[in-house]
This record gives sequence, structure tokens and C-alpha cells, in this order.
Amino acid sequence: MAVIRDFAFQGMQMLLVLLLAPLLTGFVRKVKARLLRRQGPPLIQPYLDLIRLTRKDVVLADNASWLFRVIPYFVFATTWIAASLVPTFRSGLMFSWSADLIAIIAVLGSARFFLALAGLDVGTSFGGIGSSREVMIASLAEPAMLMIVFTLALIAGSTQLSTMSAFMNSPEVGLRVSLGLGLVALIIVAIAENARIPVDNPATHLELTMVHEAMVLEYSGRHLALIELSAALKLLLYVSLIACLFVPWGISPATAEPKLLIVGVAAYAAKLAVGGILLAVFETAIAKMRVFRVPAFLGAALMLGLLATLLLFVSRSF
Amino acid sequence: MVVYALYSVAALLALAPIAILLGASARATVAVYGLSLVVTLILVIIALLSLFGYTTASSSVTLPLGLPWLGAHFRIDAVAAFFLVVVNLGGAAASLFALGYGRHEHSPQRVLPFYPVYLAAMNLVLMADDAFSFLVSWEFMSLTSWALVIAHHQLRENLRAGYIYLLMASFGTLALLLSFGLLAGPDGNYAFDAIRASHPSTGLAALVLILTIVGAGSKAGLVPLHAWLPLAHPAAPSHVSALMSGVMTKVAVYGFVRIVFDLLGTPAWWWSIVVLAVGGITAVMGVLYALMQRDLKRVLAYSTIENIGIIFAALGLALAFKAYGMPLAAALALTSGLFHVFNHSLFKSLLFFGAGAVLNATGTRDMEKLGGLIHRMPHTSFVFLVGCVAISALPPLNGFVSEWLTFQAILLSPQLPSWGLKLMVPAVGALLALSAALAAACFVRAFGFTFLGRARSTVASGAKETDGFSLAAMYFLAAACLIAGIVPGLFIDALAPVVQSLVGGRMPVQTGVEWMSIVPIAESRSSYNGLLLMAFMIISGMIAAFAIHRLASDKLRRGPAWGCGYPDPSQATQYTADSFAQPIRRVFGTVVFRAREIGDMPPPGSTAPARLTVELRDLIWDTLYAPIALGVAFAAERLNHLQFLTIRSYLSLVFAALVFLLLVLAIWP
Repeated sequence: MAVIRDFAFQGMQMLLVLLLAPLLTGFVRKVKARLLRRQGPPLIQPYLDLIRLTRKDVVLADNASWLFRVIPYFVFATTWIAASLVPTFRSGLMFSWSADLIAIIAVLGSARFFLALAGLDVGTSFGGIGSSREVMIASLAEPAMLMIVFTLALIAGSTQLSTMSAFMNSPEVGLRVSLGLGLVALIIVAIAENARIPVDNPATHLELTMVHEAMVLEYSGRHLALIELSAALKLLLYVSLIACLFVPWGISPATAEPKLLIVGVAAYAAKLAVGGILLAVFETAIAKMRVFRVPAFLGAALMLGLLATLLLFVSRSF
Repeated sequence: MVVYALYSVAALLALAPIAILLGASARATVAVYGLSLVVTLILVIIALLSLFGYTTASSSVTLPLGLPWLGAHFRIDAVAAFFLVVVNLGGAAASLFALGYGRHEHSPQRVLPFYPVYLAAMNLVLMADDAFSFLVSWEFMSLTSWALVIAHHQLRENLRAGYIYLLMASFGTLALLLSFGLLAGPDGNYAFDAIRASHPSTGLAALVLILTIVGAGSKAGLVPLHAWLPLAHPAAPSHVSALMSGVMTKVAVYGFVRIVFDLLGTPAWWWSIVVLAVGGITAVMGVLYALMQRDLKRVLAYSTIENIGIIFAALGLALAFKAYGMPLAAALALTSGLFHVFNHSLFKSLLFFGAGAVLNATGTRDMEKLGGLIHRMPHTSFVFLVGCVAISALPPLNGFVSEWLTFQAILLSPQLPSWGLKLMVPAVGALLALSAALAAACFVRAFGFTFLGRARSTVASGAKETDGFSLAAMYFLAAACLIAGIVPGLFIDALAPVVQSLVGGRMPVQTGVEWMSIVPIAESRSSYNGLLLMAFMIISGMIAAFAIHRLASDKLRRGPAWGCGYPDPSQATQYTADSFAQPIRRVFGTVVFRAREIGDMPPPGSTAPARLTVELRDLIWDTLYAPIALGVAFAAERLNHLQFLTIRSYLSLVFAALVFLLLVLAIWP
């Protein structure tokens, strides 16, 4: 019985992230539009886009290989898995131990690895430029992320997300310098990983500064729908990650009674809304960087992460 | 057991005269590689039996060879058994690959006699139980691999590679010779048992450590002693490249582990700082070099340097924990390093085989001339992709597991009391994280420009899939990468006796853990399950494909590439491997390589083409090797006129030397 219940919670989480992800993207777009005094598209526009895209034929470039056709499914599957392993409304889910935070980061790394290959498959210069810049950004964002993971793991004494989240919720944590540094670094990494302003612009096309969009330029129809959905899931994942580590209040622990779940879901929705608004405000307030300013931006995250880890090596109380 | 292993090695040695007798015939190729395959498989079985302790027979043998008062000692303990598995598994795969690949060899008589001897020499290094046999086997291994490196001696660059390799190999052996000399002491106790029993003083042990890092490290490819490796490994025929990169570097790691963890006694804490620093720098430098190369096999060779760096960083951590008497943490760090030894031998061999297949099909290793091979060599490209994912440390394959274990070991290190280590370990952690991310970029580039896109030359557009034997070897290794990735617990448990004998502790038993997860310390701390992760990926990918194809559309049309409305049919408009690496060159290369881009734009009105030249400097070569080479040349020039003296001058020189030596004897206390 307990197994079935645990299984149901895991399934609920998978469905929840899948269903909420486009809404979050739509919400950020809406808030941005309102900040610019525009009406903006309706909140459900991303869903409509996805449905429209899946109904269309795929137009495949003549020399696209089998890999090009498999990659959207792979990227979607890995991102979905990763998003389902981050605690959202309830921690200690059935399969939460199958991958710790380092593994979740690496799973996202797999998705990026294949997406960068997809950019090179057709052999256009746009795909190449996108992949090339994506791996450059990743080569700094990934180590920065790992240093943040080290910081948090040293504080919590675990790399297991559920344990970390529970520890962050306990009074033992207190205010720490390293946590502050880690939070700033994590936000920088999250912005870069999700191709948001100032690193990349998700709304742009036909511009030599685009990174992520250039890489997936050759995709169409259902393939493009999956890639867009993966991007939305990734945004949701990072917001959930920041929420479960730095504002873990409200996540119902594995042992809690079912009625606490409602609190968990409500808290999660509130956190997503706040995260979305903050992201929209930040993006509206700042201009996009030149591509070669990005390494300095991410290098700052890497240094902050390293500094936070060093502090913790010096003393556990920092 | 060691007796049977020695018989097998003798069989390998006996293959050399057979190869010489058979000459360049096709039969010789089949006979040598076929028999090597059989013998190496037997050796794998012997090694596995020894590793799992199924053998009760005495595992030590003394042959009346070598030094008359010493004899040649051979022994298989757990450490040797593990490395024997690595060497012979790689040897078996290379022999299988060569059954197909070797048929295209132009002058097989230059490869066949040396190949089995090379395998035998590597086995002997691992089994040697005294310094004399160890060094003889080591040098034997160097010389046979040198002969294989210059097998294609018609190319000048191969000769140069061979020359540099020979110099560096001799230098490395010299360092090891001195290190063993110091260990054996003035009485000349060359047997490992005697060395183990003696306890060298602190200063002496430190000197031995440095000499071992130089000796074993130069063979393994530690920066800055790596200069020969990216020249020599690609020069050899591809199956030998695979052996050199995938296997011989591991024999070097064995040499380091044997001396530092086993013979040298209890480590001092600062040893680990040296090893950690060298490892971390090697990892990042190796992968940065790899990103700047166009030659596919050279990319792989530099990536070997990176992986050796990761292995040494893990070994350094293990040393630190061992020095402070933390056997469990030391066991975790050492297991991660040794598991990476095993993993790297699998995927690096696989990748070199793939590069060999491409070289055979197209005749070039230059990535700028390849492309689009995924359409013409589907199987090769698939297994090469598996190798790329594995080496980029991405789940669910094996490279990630050893990397993950290393990170878990790093997370235990705040417990170390030393301040130097407290500052060093996070820095090395950052270097390892950086190298992992750069490795992914490097292998996106290696795979993307070799196999994806459109063919960049006519040789690439006319390529054909490689033969069955080669594919069988590559599929075997790819499957091994997958298995080691999804059930790593079995491999960790197999490593337990090795780790136990070296650091006196072991990781918790993994085979009983639910769902075959791995739990290095405790479940609340960290766990990973590759099997489950892969199952999730497959299931959710299938669900997505099924749902979309059923509920929405499954129609597909082919058309010209979109390219933002500017598609250009010319293949030259594609991105190149050089331009792909440009952002990374700009971020890291300006410091590490003093990279400069020189644009040459003709004046307005001129029809001359514009040129963009990239200048990269190898600072290590320029600052370390070039001055030494200059110094040697200068000294040779100076000493040269000693050859043209008159007989009177020579006689007076001899007399002066005699007087000098007598004086020394007289004054000597």
C-alpha cells in the first residue's frame, strides 16, 4: 500500500512539472509584457503553441541523420527526469535516491551534450555558432554549478536533494556567508543555463547574438515542440531547485500526513509565481551582454562558488 | 596461478619469431592477432580468478634469470591482478580489432613481431616482484612500443615522434631506476618484500616520491612531462594507439601505485599536495590542448592526459586520507581512481578504434576534412558516440560513475586537519569540474566534426563502413562501458581487495543495496543508480514518442536545410572544428596558449583574399623543452672539438684525469 502511495506521489510530481512548465514560461512572458505596458499573450499561449507545433509536419533537412530525430526525445526525457527528481511540493519521493544533485546536473549535461550535437548535424553555420557558444557557456556554468553543489553539500552533509532541503528547513542552518555566495552564484548559473537575458535572449531570432535558438534552428513541428517543452521544464527545474534549497518552507516531508500536501502544493505555486516575477523584473531591467562578456559573468559565479567552498573548508560555521 | 600467467606470457613472446617467419603474408596477421586474442583472454581469466581469490596455488615464482644472486621474482597479488585485467581486456579488444584493421596495414612485418612482445612486456611489468625484473620489463615495454610508433617510418613526423618518445622513455626509466636504487638501499635488496620491510627515512622517501612521479608520470603523461605522448600515441597504428593510450598509461599508474602506496610505507601529508596539484593541472591542461587540435587521434591522445590527471588527483586524495589514517575515505578516493583507470581503458580504446576505422575509411585524421560519416559509417559512428558520452562523464555511462565517486571523496576532505590540504582540495575540485565540462565540449567537437554535418572532402563522402571484426571489438567495449555505468556496484566490490591491500580499508559492500544503487558512505548522504536512471530515460522517451505519434502528427517531409533562409549548398559554409573551438580559445587560450588571432585584410579595391591566422604557443614546450634542447645542442657543439685533438693532447688529458682521481682518493676521508 505504501509502495503504491509513494508511486502515486512520484507520478504526481512528474505530471505536475510537465503541466506547470509551460505555464511558468507563459507567466514570465505575461509579466514581462505587463512591465513593458503591453497586453502580452494569454497565459496559456505556450500550451497552444505546443499543441500547434505537434500537429504540424516535421520538415527535416535533407542530410539530417537519425541522431537529429532521436535527440528531441532524448533531451525531453532527460530534462523531464531531472525535473521530476527535484523536490517540489513533497520531499523524499520514491525515486529521489536514484540520483543526487551531482547526478541531476550531469543528466542536464547529457541533454546539452546531445543538443549541441544536434546543432552540428545538419551542417549549417547557424547551428555551428549556436553549439560552439553553448559549449563555451557550459564549460564555465557547469563547474560553477558543481562548486555551488559542493558548498551546499558541505553545509548539509549530503548531496541528496531531499536531505539537503530538509536540512535547509531546520534551524541548524542559520545565516551563512557561504550560502549567500552560493545563492548569487546559483542565480547566475540558472540564468545562463536557461538562456535568459543577459546571457542569451529567448525571444530573439535572426540575430547573430543568439545561442540556444541558433542551435535548434533546424527543428520544426513535434521536434521543436519537445525542445520548447524541455526548455520550459528546465526553467521550472531551476526555479524549483532554488526554491527547495533556499526557501524550503512548506515542502511536506515524506512522513507528513496527506493534508499537509495541500500546503506543499500551495507553497510551491507561490514560490514559482514569485520566482517568475523576479525573473521577469530582472530581465526587463537589464540589457543583453555581448557574447564575450558572458565568460566574465560566469567566471564570477565560478569564483563565488569556489570562494564559498573554500570558506567551508576553512570552517564549517561560515 | 602466476605460473600459468608466465606460460601465457611466454606464448606471447613465442609469437614474435612466428610472425617473423611468416613475414608479410595475410596468414601472419590472422595468426598473430588471433593467437594474441586467445592468450590475452586466458590471461584475463587468470587475473579474474586471482582477483576474486579463487586460486589456492602459490602465487609467487622465482625464475633463475636476471641478477645471479637475486633471480627473477614474479607474483600476482590483488593490485597486480586488477591491472592485469585492465591490460589484457584492452589487449584482447585490440587484437580482435586488429584482426580486421590489421589487414589494411601496408607493411605488417613492421608491426606483427613487436605487437605480442609489447603485450607480454606490459604483463611482465605487472607481475614483477623485484626491482630488477620490473625495470627490465618496463624498458622492454618502452622499446617495443617505440618500435611500433615508428612502424610507419616513412612520415618524417613519425620519426620525430619516435625520437622524442625514446628520449623521454629513457629519461623516465632513469628516474625509476634511481628511485628503486634509493629504495633498495646500499645493500641492494631489490626484491619487493625486502623493500617493503625496510623503512626509508623521511628525506629519502620524499626523494623516491619525486623520482617516481617523474618516472611513472612521464610514461603516464603528467604535465609537464607529457610532450611525447600526443606525438607518439597517434603515430602508431590505431590498435597500438589504443593500447598505448588505454593500457600502457595504466601500467604507468600501476608503477606509481605500487611504489607510493605499497613499497614506500606510510605517506607524509604533503605528498598528496604534490600529487593533487600535478593531477589537477594535468587534467585541465590536457583537455585544453585537446580542444585546440584538428587531428582526431591527437585529440584523443591529449584527452588521455586529461584522464590521467583525474586519476592522479584521485590518487592524491587517497594519499591524503591515508596519511591521516582515514582508511574509509582513502578507500573511496582510491576506488574512484582505480575505477577510472578501468573505465578509461575501455572508452579510450573504443575511441581509438573508432578513429582507426575512420582513418582506414578515409585516409585522413584531420577533422576539417571529415564530416557526414554518420550516414556512411552508421555502426562506427554509433559506438564512437557511446565512447564520447562515456568519456564526457555523462550518465548513465561509466565515466560519470568514477567522476561522481571522486566528487564524493572530495566532499569528505574537510575532515582533513592540514591547512594546506584544506586550501588545495577545493581548488583541485574546481579544476576537475572544469576539466569535466571542457571534456564534454571537446567530445561534442570530436564527434560533431568527424561524423555529423556534410562531408568536407571527397574522401569523406566516399567512405565505407568498416569490417566485422573491428565492429565486434568496438561493440564489445561500448557494451562494457554501459555495463560498468549501470551496475557499478559489482565493479566497486571487485576493487575491494585491491583497495584493502593498499590503504587498509574498503568501501561498503554494494551488491546488497536495493535496486543495485551505489552508496559510497551512507544512503542519507549520497546514492546513485545508473540502471534506474537509464530505465527512466528510455521509458519517458518512449512515452513521449508514442504519445506524440499517436495523438498528434507523425508526418515527415524532407527539404533543404533552413539556415535562417540562407542555405548554401557549398560544404565550405559549414562551421569548422577550429571555429567551433574559437570561443573557448578566446576564454582560456589567451592565457594558457598566448593565443592570438591575426587578421590580414587587404586594402579596399584589392581582390586579394583576406586571411585570419591563429597563433598558438605551447608554453611548456617553449619554456621547458626548448631551452634543454638548446643547452644540449650547445654543449655538444662545445664538446665537439674534443674529437679532433692531437695524440699529445689526448695523452695529457688522460694523465690529468688520472692525477685528479688519485687526488680525490687521497683527500677522501
